[in-house]
Amino acid sequence: MSTRTYAEYSQPLWRRLLLTREAAVIALLVVVVLYALTSVEFFNSKLTLTFLLLDVAPILLIALPMTLVIVTGEIDLSVASVVGLSSVLVGILHRGGMSIPLAAVIALVAGILCGALNGYLVAYVGLPSLAVTIGTLALFRGLAVGLLGTTAVTDFPQTWTDLAKAQIAGTGIPLITVPFLVLAVIFALLLHFSAFGRGTYDIGLNIEAALFTGVYVKRTKFILFVLTGVVSAFAGIYYTLRFGSARGDNATGLELQVIAAVLLGGVSIFGGRGKLGGVIAGVLLIGVISSALRLQGVTVNVINIIIGLLLVVSVVSTSVLAWVSDVAARRNRQGTRAQRTPSGVGTPER
Amino acid sequence: MSEPLTNQTHPSQPAHPTEEPDAVVEPSSLSARRRAFNSIVRSREASTLLVLVGVIAAATVKTPSFLFSSNSWRDLLLTPSILLLLAVGQAVVIITRNVDLSVGSVLGLTAYLTGRLFIDHPGINLLVVVAAGLLAGAALGLVNGLLVGWGKVPALVITLGTLYIYRGVVLTWAGSNRINASDMPSSFLELGTKQILAIPVLFIVAAVVLAIVGYYLQTARGGRELYAIGSDPDAADLYGLRVRRRVVAAFVLSGALAGLAGVVFTARYGTVSSDAGTGIELQAVAAVVIGGVAIFGGSGTVWGAAIGAVLLVTINRALPILGIPDFWQQALVGALILSAIVLDRILSARRARHLIESRDNS
Repeated sequence: MSTRTYAEYSQPLWRRLLLTREAAVIALLVVVVLYALTSVEFFNSKLTLTFLLLDVAPILLIALPMTLVIVTGEIDLSVASVVGLSSVLVGILHRGGMSIPLAAVIALVAGILCGALNGYLVAYVGLPSLAVTIGTLALFRGLAVGLLGTTAVTDFPQTWTDLAKAQIAGTGIPLITVPFLVLAVIFALLLHFSAFGRGTYDIGLNIEAALFTGVYVKRTKFILFVLTGVVSAFAGIYYTLRFGSARGDNATGLELQVIAAVLLGGVSIFGGRGKLGGVIAGVLLIGVISSALRLQGVTVNVINIIIGLLLVVSVVSTSVLAWVSDVAARRNRQGTRAQRTPSGVGTPER
Repeated sequence: MSEPLTNQTHPSQPAHPTEEPDAVVEPSSLSARRRAFNSIVRSREASTLLVLVGVIAAATVKTPSFLFSSNSWRDLLLTPSILLLLAVGQAVVIITRNVDLSVGSVLGLTAYLTGRLFIDHPGINLLVVVAAGLLAGAALGLVNGLLVGWGKVPALVITLGTLYIYRGVVLTWAGSNRINASDMPSSFLELGTKQILAIPVLFIVAAVVLAIVGYYLQTARGGRELYAIGSDPDAADLYGLRVRRRVVAAFVLSGALAGLAGVVFTARYGTVSSDAGTGIELQAVAAVVIGGVAIFGGSGTVWGAAIGAVLLVTINRALPILGIPDFWQQALVGALILSAIVLDRILSARRARHLIESRDNS
């Protein structure tokens, strides 16, 4: 179900582009944004934009490497715990008198190590990533809570906490979008315009074929888990400074939000299918819906229901569409066969 | 994919002319009872049980009241009951190569439903409440099952979606309301602490469920089919098994047990708010993995999953007694999960080597 059929290639390019999951998510995003701009009070303001982007920034950041991981058919559930661990490290090192940049570098190194542990166990030992990262989810969260206990570090220097919330020259767009855009470009180049990226699709579609065509399967997976670890650690640093608080339980449960957004963006959980553009649209869609509903006084509860419904409907609709086009194709084939061979002697079925 | 290529016979190689199909396994010279004993002692479940016994023994040596005071003894059995029910359901789903992430939300919904029934219908029969919890859970599980079976969508995605939907429903329904012990009849709350022959009633409920499901999986045709489906869904379909129906049934069972766990949760704790059971789904999966059920289905038992659940809960209670501060518990649980997976890999590699050797020797 994740491979494209020849029938799809036979259609014109514009139709192929328009009928993808990514196009559907982007179109839905545009519709929701237009609706919110015209009918939701206060949505059309700089402040809304600022808070929207500040809130979704951690999910946006982690969704980038997570997309590549899921494209290879693996999954990383430990990202939120890495966010928590990096947050705690920044807090403890700051409390110990270290400067924020140095503490941030150490947190990033810790993120690399976390990712390397996941990557080693999945890629080189060959264990299932779902099970491994449930284990490291508990392990990293435990380290985070263990290091800081139930206390919190909150006395971060104002210059740094302000930086996390700063805007680009009064446009309302927060500064965090700059590193995000840089990372988005890097990951887009990596996934869509490099041999490495084509390798990730190969691994997701057919791991043995990928091996035989010379894709470094183990190395690719290892690198992707390391990238997820380091980006999660970066999100943790941002999270800490944005809320001015380092706690062991920071960002608990974020992993499922990230995965929901990635899947909503059209990435197949079996791997081999998905595009970064769709994922970014998926994250923004969830962010815009939450923000617009909150402005209308709808509580968080309904937002949960909507996110869940979007996820279920989007994946079920794909298989319903596949079923419909399958039926149509079969009917089509029968029609052409009847035309070509009126006597009923058909070409043998391939 | 991880098996070495030499494992498969190459089509160009001639088949061994002297190969006899029945010479692969020698008839055992041991008695039936001895063989049963051996297979239990050498089983994967026994290693989890050994760790559990070790943890309990260590905590008891340090503080004898961990086991030998009546309250601790009760808690030892009572506290894991909820996770045990969830782990049994989760194990059945995972054996079919699926996963159910929505159990935490189902637990929250049925726990709130239980409390609500007592408030809205004073004097309602307890059995009706238990049946309502079971049925509500089964209905939510049926939704999961139908979407997975007929929608042909991976279970991870569907149940992640319904995790959010069901939680959203209970959040909307309950709002900031909290159901307190004073809202519920004392006969129901007594169930939470009542004991028969020094065994808590709620644990007996969980154990009976475990025994029935475990016996069914081990002996009944339907149970064995679940393993066949999990080890190769396509082959099971070609073989003529009703794959969809079995998968839907597995989800219904998981939902119903989560519903029962919701009722048990209410009886045990006496207070229910809208966030009851948040995050417990990953604990249930962790218990199943610790108990030796392969995450990609087809192997493992609910006995193992149940021992895993008890171990997971007991370790959290034992660690503070052993002088390990509370907050390091999770890290140790993580290490435990990782070592369980590594152990499974080593065992399966050894099994594969034995199979190859016995094939080559014949």
